[in-house]
Amino acid sequence: MISRIFKFYVDGFKNMASWGRTLWLIILLKLFILFFIFKLIFFSDTLETRYDTDGERAEHVINAITK
Amino acid sequence: MVENVDLSLVDWSRAQFALTAMFHWIFVPLTLGLGYIVAFMETIYVKTGDPEWKRITKFWMNLFGINFAIGVATGIILEFQFGTNWSNYSWFVGDIFGAPLAIEGIMAFFMESTFIAVMFFGWDKVSKKFHLTSSWLTAIGANLSALWILVANAWMQNPVGMKFNPDSARNEMVNFWDVLFSPTAVNKFLHTTTSGFVLASMFVVGISAWFLLHKRNQLFAKKSIIVGSVFGFIATIMVIFTGDGAAKDIAKHQPMKLAAMEGLYQGEEGAPLMIYGFLSGSDEERLKDPREDNFIVNIPVPGMLSFLANGDFGSYVPGIRDMLYGNEKHGILSFEERIKRGYIAQQTLKELKEAEKNDDLARYERLKLKFEDKEWLDTFMKYFGYGTYFDADPQKLEANVLELVPPVTIAFHAFHIMVGLGTLFLLVFALLFYYTIKNKIENVKWLLLVALWSIPLVYLAQQTGWLVAEVGRQPWVIQDMMNTRMAVSQIETSSVQITFWLFAITFVGLAIAEAKIMLTQIKKGPKEGGQ
Repeated sequence: MISRIFKFYVDGFKNMASWGRTLWLIILLKLFILFFIFKLIFFSDTLETRYDTDGERAEHVINAITK
Repeated sequence: MVENVDLSLVDWSRAQFALTAMFHWIFVPLTLGLGYIVAFMETIYVKTGDPEWKRITKFWMNLFGINFAIGVATGIILEFQFGTNWSNYSWFVGDIFGAPLAIEGIMAFFMESTFIAVMFFGWDKVSKKFHLTSSWLTAIGANLSALWILVANAWMQNPVGMKFNPDSARNEMVNFWDVLFSPTAVNKFLHTTTSGFVLASMFVVGISAWFLLHKRNQLFAKKSIIVGSVFGFIATIMVIFTGDGAAKDIAKHQPMKLAAMEGLYQGEEGAPLMIYGFLSGSDEERLKDPREDNFIVNIPVPGMLSFLANGDFGSYVPGIRDMLYGNEKHGILSFEERIKRGYIAQQTLKELKEAEKNDDLARYERLKLKFEDKEWLDTFMKYFGYGTYFDADPQKLEANVLELVPPVTIAFHAFHIMVGLGTLFLLVFALLFYYTIKNKIENVKWLLLVALWSIPLVYLAQQTGWLVAEVGRQPWVIQDMMNTRMAVSQIETSSVQITFWLFAITFVGLAIAEAKIMLTQIKKGPKEGGQ
């Protein structure tokens, strides 16, 4: 069963039209840019990186949202 | 601390979120609607066995695939921004957002991903019925994906089913079903997805019109127009009904948004709905300099706004000033009073944390009881976010009140453009269906041109719809509980600016790729494109 499913996907990719391959290339390039460039370099979790415990995070948020 | 927030940081963070959300929303509605249209077409093929319907199905399925591939994962950037740019907000709502988004990830996304492979790779490899089932499940899966994120958005517009935990400063879900089935969530899901059906239908009839204008693949084009116009007409009717439901919900939970959408400054009984109009002066001038008539020109329908809001032509609809300054007769609490109450709630939370820090257990327990007391919650905590605008100086407080009014001009025009275009689309679908059934459609060139040019217009209608929903609720991120200033992270404005432009460049690249691949496939036509 698993080998049939595997073959199904392999055949699908093998017989794909050239524009389909271009789309896959775009998808992979996009995922690389999103997860390996944007996420890793620019989008760290602010509270996760600045504070060690949930208690500290809660305290920061309370300070930030109260006047 | 919140008063020290750099407003340019808030603006850039908002701009980045808006850019991403609006770009993401170029792809989503087409996926939502075209999935169903393809499934309908394939159903006809399976029922009739007519190979022409197979070719038609394959052509539109390929365009569905292109749109899906280019658009997939663009929404994930919004989640990156939650953690980085809007960390206070993410913390504050974490438990509420966690459940719907986790369900989206596990259930709907995998459902789509599995069956979409059968859709594209499974022709001649699986049975017709299994293939058809996969097409339907792909369409349903895509719409289920939308359900969860729209439920989360609806919660921000009308927060229900949760309890604020003052120790963790987080909202915790107490009733999942209240969150899922709140009238705001139901209306939002139905209105948004059906509007996606309208967009996809217009996409189908518009491209089909292009084929007819070029005298190519006429049978394919006419059959596509029949499916697209019927689906589009029914979907537009559904959009109107769900829009009515959404308006009534807005009137109840976000009356300021409704007043902004209609440029209604002074409330009245039998309030008119504007067919269209142009507001006089700037938003700021109209607030600071009250006038009899806020429009340079307008076309009002008497009583219609009252009907839209309350189902009664003579009912009262509050205006912006009624909410800012209160209206005793109609039981409307002034924003100044709300600010004072919100300030008390914020100070109580602060005191609670101080008591905890100082090990003052008795004081801590006494204050914590307030967060369990329904009457206190309804009187003070309900207005928590308003407290940010508090100032002991009455003059400054009066000035701060004006910050609670959303950008009226944008909300007004966005709402009326959306409604006006929706009405136009209903007419276009009806006429296309009529002339196609009469077998005269190829001779009605003006209608074919209108259908073709309605493609950019239907995208405009989608974007203006989101402007109404999101700009109309400013300054709130979570209605009455958290505004944009409270929600934003204390990070460098320049880092948000850099990522804004990086996103803009990436999005332009993806949009060019989408347009190029899509147009190439469309120009090839159904035979070549459908093979």
